[in-house]
Amino acid sequence: MIEMRFHGRGGQGAVTSAELVAQAAIDTGKYATAFPSFGPERRGAPVVAFARVADEPIRVRAKVYSPDVVIVLDPTLVQIANPAQGLKSDGVLVINSSHDADTLRRDLGYQGKIALVDASRIAREVIGLPITNTTMVGALVKATNMLSLESLEGPFNRRFGKIAPRNLAAMKRAWEEATVIG
Amino acid sequence: MGKKVGIEVSIAAAEAVGLCDVDVVAAYPITPQTHIVEHLSELVANGRLDAEFVPVESEHSAMSVCCGSAAAGARTFTSTAAQGLALMAEIVYIAASMRLPILMLVANRALSAPLSIWNDHSDAMMVRDSGWIQIFCENGQDVYDHIFHAYRVGEDPRVSLPVMVNMDGFILTHVIEPVEFWTKEMVGSYLPRFRPLNTLHPDKVVTMGAFGMPEIYAEQKMAHDQALKNSMPVLLEGWDELAKLTGRKYEPVELYRTEGAETLLLAMGSLCETASLAVDQMREAGRKVGLVKLRLWRPFPLAEVRKALSGAKDLVVLDRSISVGAANAPVTSEISAAMYHEPQRPRIHCMIAGIGGRDVTPEDITNMVDLSLKGTEQECHIYGVRG
Repeated sequence: MIEMRFHGRGGQGAVTSAELVAQAAIDTGKYATAFPSFGPERRGAPVVAFARVADEPIRVRAKVYSPDVVIVLDPTLVQIANPAQGLKSDGVLVINSSHDADTLRRDLGYQGKIALVDASRIAREVIGLPITNTTMVGALVKATNMLSLESLEGPFNRRFGKIAPRNLAAMKRAWEEATVIG
Repeated sequence: MGKKVGIEVSIAAAEAVGLCDVDVVAAYPITPQTHIVEHLSELVANGRLDAEFVPVESEHSAMSVCCGSAAAGARTFTSTAAQGLALMAEIVYIAASMRLPILMLVANRALSAPLSIWNDHSDAMMVRDSGWIQIFCENGQDVYDHIFHAYRVGEDPRVSLPVMVNMDGFILTHVIEPVEFWTKEMVGSYLPRFRPLNTLHPDKVVTMGAFGMPEIYAEQKMAHDQALKNSMPVLLEGWDELAKLTGRKYEPVELYRTEGAETLLLAMGSLCETASLAVDQMREAGRKVGLVKLRLWRPFPLAEVRKALSGAKDLVVLDRSISVGAANAPVTSEISAAMYHEPQRPRIHCMIAGIGGRDVTPEDITNMVDLSLKGTEQECHIYGVRG
């Protein structure tokens, strides 16, 4: 089972990211769950969402405390949300940042594998908005090989309709540009 | 067989209600029930569901509308949680006493104060004695399947009672997970049309909800009590037919790895899934621990509970609500009373866990077993509480 934690700010779509990943996994015959951190979220406040993907039915109904993958949608959360907390030593941190890996490692106090992408820039260029939830899915796919890019097409089309192509394009750009280090 | 989709459980539940072709939906939005009724209002607005959606001004009105519509012979749905159920409570009792089949999906949430939008079972326990059939669901598939089961059983003329299907707020309502959908044909073969024995109609006048003098009130209550208990064979029949259709077998009391168990856990709702993982871990460590899942809360499955529990040395009841000032929490009290006259009964330990949305992990459940086995009988603990 792969356990994931998504960090974002209210309105950035961290919950949607988690849901899209779970739906893609279910579409391809796997088992998956995705859920928000169950709170009265406010726009702009730090939020957390969770997802699990497995080959067998998922029974645990608790939050994810030791994730295999952490996805950080907003670079400003590095200082305030402690996103590396509980991340497994053989896990991966997928982060939206324009900084280099060494700077991030120092700021996060984290030495493990990092997947780095400037998702804010990609989202602005491709979607026209600095909303990185769909873009970051591309970096997640590259960092984990858990899903194929194609498997996201169904969930993206169902969720976004007319604006799905732009979001798919942003996801693919992030998959191309993400660098996986360590 | 229908297809398996990754969907939020609330939306799946609303889709199931739509497949039942309900006539009336009356509801007031409240967290964490909101997505269910929002989706139903969309189904009605975009013409996918031919029903009357009554956007009432309160939950008290919601259940009042439901009583009227069920009495008129319409298939009726509502959903609420916590404070909404509290405001509704007066009419919740009336719906059951008047034997009106209504389906209410309760997105279980803690009662205030302090204000909590998060999950526990205190709302369901508040209306425990109202005379509704009460079922607790473990996962999204379970919720989805029980929409059809609830209508089939509640509307059966041998039963004619409202049914409350309990789904844990957020823990189930807001989770995306795989749910295998039913086809229209499956629903058609499983759920007959609602044909009530009596309806309010100007051409055939009946009185419903009449005044009850002291000479008749006790008899009326006895009749209601018998009707609720007599719903058991119809509940079982509904689950048997559901198993033939879907391959999923539900029972009033379900056992998980209880063979040779010296210690049993008992839980209701989504906690059962997490508890089953804890049981796996304890079994791997060589411990004789099993799990009893209490699906049916009313009518209370007395014989099944006794059969499931009598062989164990220790029983740890995971209660997801507190009865303030009582010797035990509600489920423990009920189980203790059920087991008291048994010649062989386990030591019963009460563990209140997961109230007001406190997370419960498999490790917590193992800890609760350890704490219970160290402690004495008849002590009720709130697990993980800070002194």
